Amino acid sequence: MDKILLEVKNLTVVLDGEKIINNLSFSINQGETLTILGPNGAGKSVLLRTLLGLIPYQGKINWNKKIKIGYLPQGLTQLSTKNQPLTVEDFFNLNITTLSKKEIIHFLKLVGLSEEILVKLIGNLSSGQFQRMLIAWVLIGKPEIIFLDEPTTGIDLGGGETIYSLLQKIKNERGLTIFLVTHDLNIVYGFSDKVLCLTRRGHRCFGSPKMVLTPQSMSEVFGMNVKFYKHQ
Amino acid sequence: MDNQLFLSLISGVFIGAAAAYLGTLMLSKKMSVVAGPLAHLALPGVALAIIFHFSLFFGVFPFIILGIIFIWFLEKKTKLPLENLAAITFAFGVGSALLILSINEAEEALIGNINNISLIEGLLVISIALIIFYLTNKIYLRMMLINIHEELAQTSGIDINFYNFLYLLAIGLTVAIGVYLVGGLITVALIATPSAVAKNLSNNLKTYQFWAIACGITMTIIGILLGRFYSLPTGPMIVVTGVLFFILTVFFKKNKDIPANEK
Repeated sequence: MDKILLEVKNLTVVLDGEKIINNLSFSINQGETLTILGPNGAGKSVLLRTLLGLIPYQGKINWNKKIKIGYLPQGLTQLSTKNQPLTVEDFFNLNITTLSKKEIIHFLKLVGLSEEILVKLIGNLSSGQFQRMLIAWVLIGKPEIIFLDEPTTGIDLGGGETIYSLLQKIKNERGLTIFLVTHDLNIVYGFSDKVLCLTRRGHRCFGSPKMVLTPQSMSEVFGMNVKFYKHQ
Repeated sequence: MDNQLFLSLISGVFIGAAAAYLGTLMLSKKMSVVAGPLAHLALPGVALAIIFHFSLFFGVFPFIILGIIFIWFLEKKTKLPLENLAAITFAFGVGSALLILSINEAEEALIGNINNISLIEGLLVISIALIIFYLTNKIYLRMMLINIHEELAQTSGIDINFYNFLYLLAIGLTVAIGVYLVGGLITVALIATPSAVAKNLSNNLKTYQFWAIACGITMTIIGILLGRFYSLPTGPMIVVTGVLFFILTVFFKKNKDIPANEK
């Protein structure tokens, strides 16, 4: 039987007097990828941040054990770090897990980056390299679950697919559980075990991509006809 | 070299180095500008110290701490931008100091006078500079991560409030001893200039810290010596020297590595 890692019951989040999430319940098993899908303002990032313990809430969030979490936040890009005098090596030294240079190189290689990148300023990396570096940075703490908030924002289509393939590979190798926030329906289909969709109007759906990602359900979520292709 | 000059130089070097080191952290948090209004808020404290003949430090420090709490409280309460609150704090500091002291009497408060520092004050300043070094070193990497992304730091298990408190304490102490060296009017230059110079010369964190501290020490020594030998006010001399360094380094700015291609 699948082992439940997280169970959320009747979760309600209120920010500045506005109910962003209302009475939400779902669960996720260990080793699964759950994608949170929905338009802007539906509360996807709020849900992620609530599960991370960054926002106060009502209801129940039950983790089945004390778990190590990795987090790739939204909005952290090479452009937002442009003015920091940090090389890739310096950035790894900010991690609370202390690593030797050899270990840093090991993690860089894991995400397909070469040793030469260590001396580059993080603000000068390409967006794809920056995202890979962040994934390596998060993996250092040996997390059992990773929260990814729109990890391919600002990356072109090919680059985005490469990042997801990399995540899939790491997930399979390490038995990770992944929480992913994205708008990208095409990626969701090939990458997720479960999908949770949220809307501004309170409509929601939860289930396998095959069950949830129907044209009818997507037009409910996004408020218009949405076209996507199914990965085989 | 006479004893007073030696004491001024030693105290100045410690102040310059500590302010420069903390300044590297403040520049990365885009907070250098806050040091200015805080230093101005210290001016009424300086005025009281002058009138009642007690050590400048004991006049300055309580006002700085009050200033930090004042800005922090108003920012939370009003959600106004920091620049706006900084302008209000700046105006209040200068205005209230000039109500207590006349412009002539306020000179020391405005531009400092390290040349009159006593042995006890010198030892106090050096001890505080060492505390600032220790504190800054302790919080440096964690604060850098907080500067980059607060939630990333939080989910890494970093207690943001605790680190922000230590950071503000370090700022308060730095401004308090900075007022000795260059006065309330230009203390911000001690914090902002060396890190700006270092930014032009460095391409990693270690060289950034090194060049900032080197600049803080050098501009202080040159400023004190030039001020002494040409009978010019020391504080402004230090600041002008630092700005000249900055202008020079603009031309030597490192050609940072070009954006890498996707591999």
